[in-house]
Amino acid sequence: MYKYDTYDQAMVDARVAEFRDQTARRMAGDLTEDQFKPLRLKNGLYLQLHAYMLRVAVPYGTLSGTQMRMLGRIADKYDRGYGHFTTRQNIQYNWIKLDEAPDILADLATVEMHAIQTSGNCIRNISSDHYAGAAADELVDPRPYAELLRQWSSFHPEFDYLPRKFKIAVIASETDRAAMKLHDIGIRIVRNETGELGAAFYVGGGMGRTPMIAPLVRGFVPLDQLIHYAEACLRVYNRYGRRDNKYKARIKILVHELGLAEYTRQVEEEFAQMSALGLEPPTAELDRIAGMFADPAFETGLSDQIDRSDPDFAVWLDQNTHAHKITGYAIATISLKPLGGIPGDASAEQIAVMADLAERYSFDECRVTHAQNIVLPHVRKADLFAVWQALDAAGLASANLDLVSDIIACPGLDYCSLANARSIPVAQKIAQRFSDLGRQRELGELKLKISGCINACGHHHAGHIGVLGVDRKGTENYQLLLGGSEGADTSLGKITGPGFDEDGIVDAIEKATDVYLARRDSGERFLDTYRRIGVEPFKEAIYG
Amino acid sequence: MDSPLRFRDDEPVADPAVTVDAFAAQTNATAVRIEPGDDARALLPHLARIALVEVEFNSFGDGRGYSSARILREHGYTGELRAVGEVLLDQLSHLRRCGFDSFAPQAPIDRAAAERAFATWPQVYQKTVDGRTPIWALRHG
Repeated sequence: MYKYDTYDQAMVDARVAEFRDQTARRMAGDLTEDQFKPLRLKNGLYLQLHAYMLRVAVPYGTLSGTQMRMLGRIADKYDRGYGHFTTRQNIQYNWIKLDEAPDILADLATVEMHAIQTSGNCIRNISSDHYAGAAADELVDPRPYAELLRQWSSFHPEFDYLPRKFKIAVIASETDRAAMKLHDIGIRIVRNETGELGAAFYVGGGMGRTPMIAPLVRGFVPLDQLIHYAEACLRVYNRYGRRDNKYKARIKILVHELGLAEYTRQVEEEFAQMSALGLEPPTAELDRIAGMFADPAFETGLSDQIDRSDPDFAVWLDQNTHAHKITGYAIATISLKPLGGIPGDASAEQIAVMADLAERYSFDECRVTHAQNIVLPHVRKADLFAVWQALDAAGLASANLDLVSDIIACPGLDYCSLANARSIPVAQKIAQRFSDLGRQRELGELKLKISGCINACGHHHAGHIGVLGVDRKGTENYQLLLGGSEGADTSLGKITGPGFDEDGIVDAIEKATDVYLARRDSGERFLDTYRRIGVEPFKEAIYG
Repeated sequence: MDSPLRFRDDEPVADPAVTVDAFAAQTNATAVRIEPGDDARALLPHLARIALVEVEFNSFGDGRGYSSARILREHGYTGELRAVGEVLLDQLSHLRRCGFDSFAPQAPIDRAAAERAFATWPQVYQKTVDGRTPIWALRHG
């Protein structure tokens, strides 16, 4: 894992001091709310329906046990005992007091954490593959590149007042577990014909009200030009992205309006000019960072045997663990989607349990996934039963990874000032309807995503089944989308037809799954069947 | 308006700043004003005769002026670069990093506060145009 040196620590400490001063000036009336708003947003502090919400950055989703434990302590000390893990691999606290926010940032800084640029019209926290460093299919660990980009984007003086927010994801495997092409910039680390590593840049993807899949702008950027290529992409956007309409201000609209060829031409021109300026950190810096992401001391010669005699454990094992690159190890996912729970929520006590397990069984490391779960990336297979027992005792052993109840949902109208409809109760009703785990397993992989408004924080466009909450003449109404995907085969879901009320949407989803069960070919997932037979049979069943 | 906060030693330019469009035609002009939608690169052929560039911030949230300033400095402009308009205390350190050395904020900022703002960051992560050595260079001497 990356460790701060004195420079990194000094920067984060300076940020805490700056924000403490800004907060004091706001409370003294020296800053207007309009002036203070972008400053607090750049420290992750939103004013929501009931209180301030603080979003803490988890760079590329990676946490040590100590960091995880601190997140639990903050939930306990400053919130109502809960934290909410988000689709950007971050964590949010929903009940924060403004005057305590600087103290929280100071507490975070003691464990090399912060809330820098987790909101606002700037470069946001860099996300990555939650199986990085553990997955069998990755070319290299993508996180060193994400860390290099994190440092470059932190307090970048030119890009602090962009037209709109800017999200970057970095992956290094064929399987895309980070929805890379649905980011403003998606980077895939690739190897060229001569065996050198480089970065493929996809620019202009995103969800929101105008979902777009990012097109490839450059297939191979040499790694010693990564930073200033990103800088060129950003500068063209900062200069020419639309500022007249908030809803057309994301880079996807610029790329779309200019056309891919013209946007690319402008980036290449800017890039050529920047190449002489010495903006790029030396490769020694990338090497320094990469050294901190070296494999932990894996044991060799371990057995792959696992005692499956406990049937509940066996179900969890089959559903929530994933192949590791090293024999005798597994990647274990802790589901934060218990029946009746709030997707992504964990109590302070549960966070502490997960911190302990990371320390004891996973080389002091855990990950936040964009599906709002937690990963223990490096668990000995021989330890999985003990891990499962500890999870089970803490209410964390739901064996539903990637099943219909593993729902992504935004906070919705229960918390969010932008939302038009509630998301959480809908997620709970759907999970309740499909509560039988055997039935869920029969349905297989089924990614269900719910957003409470068109901003799409719940990624509804990318769900095999998506639900979008809208406000229709003052009542909550839910639209159904089918056929979205965020993987290597990224696609955007399509709205099936008129929306439903809260119970109606649950019925409609159940009917869609019935169509799947009736029409599937052997080995097909819900998404595969949908792609093969099209939307019509689903529409007939739902509206017929 | 109060006289601008200047962080350079030469004498202020007395000429009024003209628009980017007018500047090319007025061959004796030495001061020019960039509006948010203007392309700073249009000035590159004329850098040798420019003594003052004013960059207008109609709104503090419109960040185009940061790129305009940096582009001019990257191309060797050494004259005065002044941020004008809705320029707030909390923006000064970034503006300075992008090459501004003069500030004419709508709401006055005192010099001591401005100097404290410049000192917000003990070090910096990026190489820009302000001559500061980025952290990656300090790490690798």
